[in-house]
Amino acid sequence: MVTATETGHQEAANDRVMFGFWVYLMTDLLMFAVLFAVYAVLHGNTMGGPSGRDLFSLPLALTETIILLTSSFTCGIGMIAARRGRINQVLVWYGITFALGLVFLGLELREFAELIHEGHTLSRNAFLSSFFTLVGTHGLHIISGLLWMAITLVFVVSRGLNPHMVRKLGLLSLYWHFLDIVWIFIFTIVYLRVFV
Amino acid sequence: MKELLIGNLGLKALPHEWFTIGAAVTFIAMGLFVVLAITHLKRWKWLWSEWLTSVDPKKIGIMYFIVAGFMLLRGGLDAIMIWLQQALSSGSSHGYLSADHFQQIFTAHGNIMVFFVAMGFVFGLINYIVPLQIGARDLASPFLNTLGFWLYVAGVLMVNMFFLLGSEYAATGWLGVAPLSGREFSPGVGVDYMIWSLQISGIGTTLGAINFIMTILRMRAPGMSLRKMPLFTWGSLCSMIMAVTVFPLLTATLFLLFFDRYLGTHFFTTTAGGDPMMYTNLIWMWGHPEVYILMLPSFGVFSEVVSTFSRKRIASYTSNVVGMIGVSALALSVWLHHFFTMGAGANVNAFFGLMTMIIAIPTTVLVFTWIATMYKGRIRFSTPMLWFLGFVGLFSVGGMTGVLLAVPPADFQLHNSLFLVAHFHTMVIGGVLFGIFAGISYWFPKIAGFKLNERIGRYAFWCWLIGFLMAFTPLYVLGIMGATRRLDHYDSSTGWQPFFIMALVGGIIIMIGVALQFVQIIASVIQKRRLVDTTGDPWNGRSLEWSVASPAPFYNFAVVPQVSSRDAYWEMKQQGIPKPSYEDIHMPNNTASGIYISAFAFLAGFGFVWDIVWLIIVSILGIIVCVITRTFNEETEYTLTADEVEKIERDRIIVTPAAHRGNDSDTSEDMGLTEFVKVVTKWALDVVKNKRWRTW
Repeated sequence: MVTATETGHQEAANDRVMFGFWVYLMTDLLMFAVLFAVYAVLHGNTMGGPSGRDLFSLPLALTETIILLTSSFTCGIGMIAARRGRINQVLVWYGITFALGLVFLGLELREFAELIHEGHTLSRNAFLSSFFTLVGTHGLHIISGLLWMAITLVFVVSRGLNPHMVRKLGLLSLYWHFLDIVWIFIFTIVYLRVFV
Repeated sequence: MKELLIGNLGLKALPHEWFTIGAAVTFIAMGLFVVLAITHLKRWKWLWSEWLTSVDPKKIGIMYFIVAGFMLLRGGLDAIMIWLQQALSSGSSHGYLSADHFQQIFTAHGNIMVFFVAMGFVFGLINYIVPLQIGARDLASPFLNTLGFWLYVAGVLMVNMFFLLGSEYAATGWLGVAPLSGREFSPGVGVDYMIWSLQISGIGTTLGAINFIMTILRMRAPGMSLRKMPLFTWGSLCSMIMAVTVFPLLTATLFLLFFDRYLGTHFFTTTAGGDPMMYTNLIWMWGHPEVYILMLPSFGVFSEVVSTFSRKRIASYTSNVVGMIGVSALALSVWLHHFFTMGAGANVNAFFGLMTMIIAIPTTVLVFTWIATMYKGRIRFSTPMLWFLGFVGLFSVGGMTGVLLAVPPADFQLHNSLFLVAHFHTMVIGGVLFGIFAGISYWFPKIAGFKLNERIGRYAFWCWLIGFLMAFTPLYVLGIMGATRRLDHYDSSTGWQPFFIMALVGGIIIMIGVALQFVQIIASVIQKRRLVDTTGDPWNGRSLEWSVASPAPFYNFAVVPQVSSRDAYWEMKQQGIPKPSYEDIHMPNNTASGIYISAFAFLAGFGFVWDIVWLIIVSILGIIVCVITRTFNEETEYTLTADEVEKIERDRIIVTPAAHRGNDSDTSEDMGLTEFVKVVTKWALDVVKNKRWRTW
């Protein structure tokens, strides 16, 4: 039986976890800040090799951006469904989010593979080192987000939408939006900047 | 095939020099002794379920103290080895250490003292005391806390692992500056051990800090606004906020260094466009705030100690808090003063020099609030107060030499000299460590249930103070005479040797002080009946931790207190404590997930050090599986009913605080050193004569 104090206890715990997750996201953001700063310092050090303008494709980066932004939108809709307790809608919307994330990841990996295939590896010069590390770290976050999403959805199916699961979906969507924001900065600073 | 199985490991990696063989044998012998003793006493199950898997911050705090205490001995041994080499190695004598070995020792000394001694003690104190001070029963996330602790332990193991396999630690200085720490100049495993040791424990620190911020900001007792929070909690909050701000920088920087070494990237290399000075910038952006992360909890300890032992409330609570916040904020904008000589230009140097000088203002405000608290107080000179007084003197000297170093033209002379070494040791020993010792002797009754032996505690204090002055005053002089740091040999015509010998003698006196601290604890255990604290409030304290029994019950507070003023417990004592009405308490279950995750983290780090690919993959998968199982486990709490709480509370001997008003500074009955030796000899003779070990 759930009493009034019991609910209060749960709510306080939810509130704490949410707050703590925000603090965690800020620490993660600071790690990205270091990578951005390093990229800003090193991006010109191509040592005679091709620069970002020669290597990057704006249409590809723009497609990636639109895909990730859309996935953030579907993730938001999924969260609204979760708060209303509609399990089927949750599965559909998060399923779409997952698929979009996967497509994004595929495009990014294809870009990396092409660069490496042409000999632009991360050990070639400081510019490529910092590019691969910055964008790759974001990609790694996307991978962990997708893994997290897949497992959460499995548990949503097996356990139903209990308050624990809604809380977990809430944290997950925070994380996903956070990755989206980081990507906007990557898009602006890494890709867009070299074409203006 | 061999590469696949064990990477770069091989027979070469086994210990083959006198110091690694000696240390390896000692470690294995100590380990065997502990394992046999626990097996013989049949304590494995108890150890596992009561301690290792515990999520109780009080037990985790004690485990932090134990590990940090051992690391203090380990780092102290390094210090003595450094001093001995420098005292011997003048002119035609080259001492007993090779240059390379000497470099490894001072690197390990720095890493261990900062990461595993100071951080360990600080986290131990915060774990034990902060929940009690804010009227919380537990931390916001008990699991993150045990995970943080075990990651710290994994770091401790990693930093000592080179004794067993590899025979080589980093020889780069404690920050591993690039490009020296790159693959090109440090091809061995030493730097890898350092990177993974700091990386693993650093991630633990970030998680721990997030947890304490959540706890302090979200779990205070009703009525305790931020402006009523005890000052140690304030110091801890400032420290933890700084930790979440800068530890991610350390993590990112170490990853970049690791990529340079492992994947061949060019972040900090001298070739292909890398920028070594960027490493220095990034690492000091973490490194400078780090010393304040260590310092602020000590500031908090001193605020508590000085007001309790002056029997006054702190003079100007607001200035004290503003001082701590000011120090934390400014600490983030001074890092460049560590390398004025880099040549960033006069304007940059001037900015960072000024910021560094400005930080002296909030620090001075803090010192003045403490001194003003003593003014017209009825001061008791118990050991915590002695540590405080020692601190004020040393800290003022250290602060003034710091301001001297902050002036760029002066720094060009003193940069990398022993003057600098003397300065930061004055701050870290006189400031951080004295604060930790003050805190431990102040809260020891709360932790153990009995007070520490005052008499031997005083001996230890005086050894530390006199030893410190003897060891580091010569270093100030040597620095001005031109001696650089990290010297393993110098010419006899410099005339430095007498100073180095004096420093060695000082170091030995400090070691006697450390030994006396261990004697102090043993002597207190022997006399614990007499020193027992039945009131829970042995010092006539002011904040909430003194309102519960000593040692604190596992749920901390049977009834969550209502707070209406700054010195919450002081107020309760004045007004009388209301009759409690008990309620059900939710307590977290023990968990071993933290241990498993840290074990996998250790193995992953080990795999990276030796390039063992399968081990890395298995360990990372292991971490992922453990994290998933833990986060999707919904049964993490149990309920303690009101009746059970009442029974535990009734069984505890309650003496009203008012009944206990003895003169605390009377130490006539505390056992002295001669009596201690007598008691221990008698006990040992008794054991041998009656063959008592058979019945153990």
